[in-house]
Amino acid sequence: MAEISTQDMLPIGDWVNKIIHFMLDHNAGAFDAIGNTIDWFATMVEFLLLGIPPLVMGAIFASIGLWRLGWKFALFVCAALGLIWATGFWGQTIATLALTLSATCVSLLLGVPVGIWCARNKLVGMLVRPVLDFMQTMPAFVYLIPAAMFFGLGRVPGILATVVFAVPPAVRLTSLGIRMVNKEQVEAGHAFGCTSWQLLFKVQLPIALPSIMAGVNQTIMMALSMVIIASMVGAGGLGNDVLASIQRLDVGLGFESGLAVVLLAIILDRITESFGHTPTTRAAEQGS
Amino acid sequence: MQSAKIVVKNLYKVFGGKSSDVMRMLKSGAHKDEIFKQTGSVVGVNDVSFSVQEGEIFVLMGLSGSGKSTLIRLINRLMDPTDGQIILDGQDITKFNYKQLVDLRRRDMSMVFQSFALMPHRSVLDNAAFGLEIAGVDRKSREARGMEVLEQVGLAPFAHKYPHELSGGMQQRVGLVRALAVNPSLMLMDEAFSALDPLKRSEMQDILLKLQREQRRTIFFVSHDLEEALRIGTRIAIMEGGRLVQVGTPQEIIENPADDYVRNFFKSVDTSRYLQAKDLIEVNHAPHAGRPGLHVPPSCSLPDVLQQLLGQTEPLQVRDDQGQCLGLITPSSVLSKISQHRLQSTATH
Repeated sequence: MAEISTQDMLPIGDWVNKIIHFMLDHNAGAFDAIGNTIDWFATMVEFLLLGIPPLVMGAIFASIGLWRLGWKFALFVCAALGLIWATGFWGQTIATLALTLSATCVSLLLGVPVGIWCARNKLVGMLVRPVLDFMQTMPAFVYLIPAAMFFGLGRVPGILATVVFAVPPAVRLTSLGIRMVNKEQVEAGHAFGCTSWQLLFKVQLPIALPSIMAGVNQTIMMALSMVIIASMVGAGGLGNDVLASIQRLDVGLGFESGLAVVLLAIILDRITESFGHTPTTRAAEQGS
Repeated sequence: MQSAKIVVKNLYKVFGGKSSDVMRMLKSGAHKDEIFKQTGSVVGVNDVSFSVQEGEIFVLMGLSGSGKSTLIRLINRLMDPTDGQIILDGQDITKFNYKQLVDLRRRDMSMVFQSFALMPHRSVLDNAAFGLEIAGVDRKSREARGMEVLEQVGLAPFAHKYPHELSGGMQQRVGLVRALAVNPSLMLMDEAFSALDPLKRSEMQDILLKLQREQRRTIFFVSHDLEEALRIGTRIAIMEGGRLVQVGTPQEIIENPADDYVRNFFKSVDTSRYLQAKDLIEVNHAPHAGRPGLHVPPSCSLPDVLQQLLGQTEPLQVRDDQGQCLGLITPSSVLSKISQHRLQSTATH
């Protein structure tokens, strides 16, 4: 009996290629505009961060650590940044930090409003959810292909692929935070005559803040992991060294650059996490 | 003569399904269980009509699921009624558009919630001034007003604390202050004291009664606690399965419960405590006019009557405002009335 070949019975891949090419042919101007804006923004961020001398930067991070988490963490920050500086990865680490922050800004600018919209409109929430699932579970490398096709090589496709990967937690946790606001608190807002905007800004968003901050934290962590991968399209930063170590099978280089990523991740994670626990938001977590 | 603050006429609220179909079924006399079976729609409020007088505390009672929480939310339109009218100060608010509704809520009414529903990110003072802030009152005046009302309930020293730093009773006092600060002509209170322990609950009832003596407001109070209703209610309405079963003064309801559902509420309540002088009048004695001697007003409470009666040989007179003698109270009339009530409440146990 002849085996039935299922190969190419459903050529989704071809369709996606066609769609991408169609978009490339017909919307080049739009992509250029988006690309230029992001490139300008990311260059600004990197320029500013690289302009700060290592000692000053270390002092800034250490004092944020001292303010948010106490002297033990401040000490850890000093040691970690000192290590990065001493291994010679300072420039790349700052470049990675700049990429991460740029991608996080774009992600939050998109993710928070979409999250609000999802929470307030059931239909939108229902439609957005599978899209988020797709964005989070599709292997991250796959985004690099269309990103590079649309925006060439460099920082911009790296940042955009990172945004696709890092937006979902911002959307999800914003939406969750707003939906978790106690029903009677929302009713109280209405009962005292809130308009829709007042309800959002004076009741829902402030009460949802701990959850939104958890989303910010997640977004930063996802962005950091993705900007490393994005070095494959030439995004730069520590990812370049990681990539080089793979190509040259240089375990030492891999370990050093990987360690810088880990240390940066811990610093960013602890600091952003601490902003989810301000005295007033702690009250919100306990519920009133 | 008091004027009506709220007049509710043939109010319905149907949840789910096609409401026009359900309304047709209801109006042709179908039972709500039947409607649920056929259409899956739930009738929350079913043909309810009543009025609330200016300045009274109107207590709506019912077990959970009776529709009382729905009814209170129809009055400030947190939920939209399916059919019927709600006339507040002569205006049918079911016809109000969004803007009119926002204005109405800012100007004329406020609400106190069972779970307090304070804003955890705001200080006590900012919570107190919440309604004024929403209405666009500037910071200085709204904080002054907030402090003024906080002082009335003894919370001024806590103005800069946060809600989670206060006990439940104090949190609900903030809820009450928030509602009072906007100086509403109508206050809606949804199981406002139900989440508090009995001691705190009666303390809050005292505060409410004290505030009401200082400045009379119309209060629509939802409760499932009969003792609370008897204590604070000018009138009580009892709701069952979306319908009003009985509306009347506490005395009327105690003396004359409409059905077993109402009677069941009294199960664990010693109703004799709520007797007043006019309920204790000796039925066999004809009232004498113009006799001298000790007298009490008709609304005199049982403990006061007992105190007056103690060591008296003469019967006690009940006189109204005009000095008209309505009847006489004797030790035996008091005893028989009390025992009657005690028997009633133990019989239903």
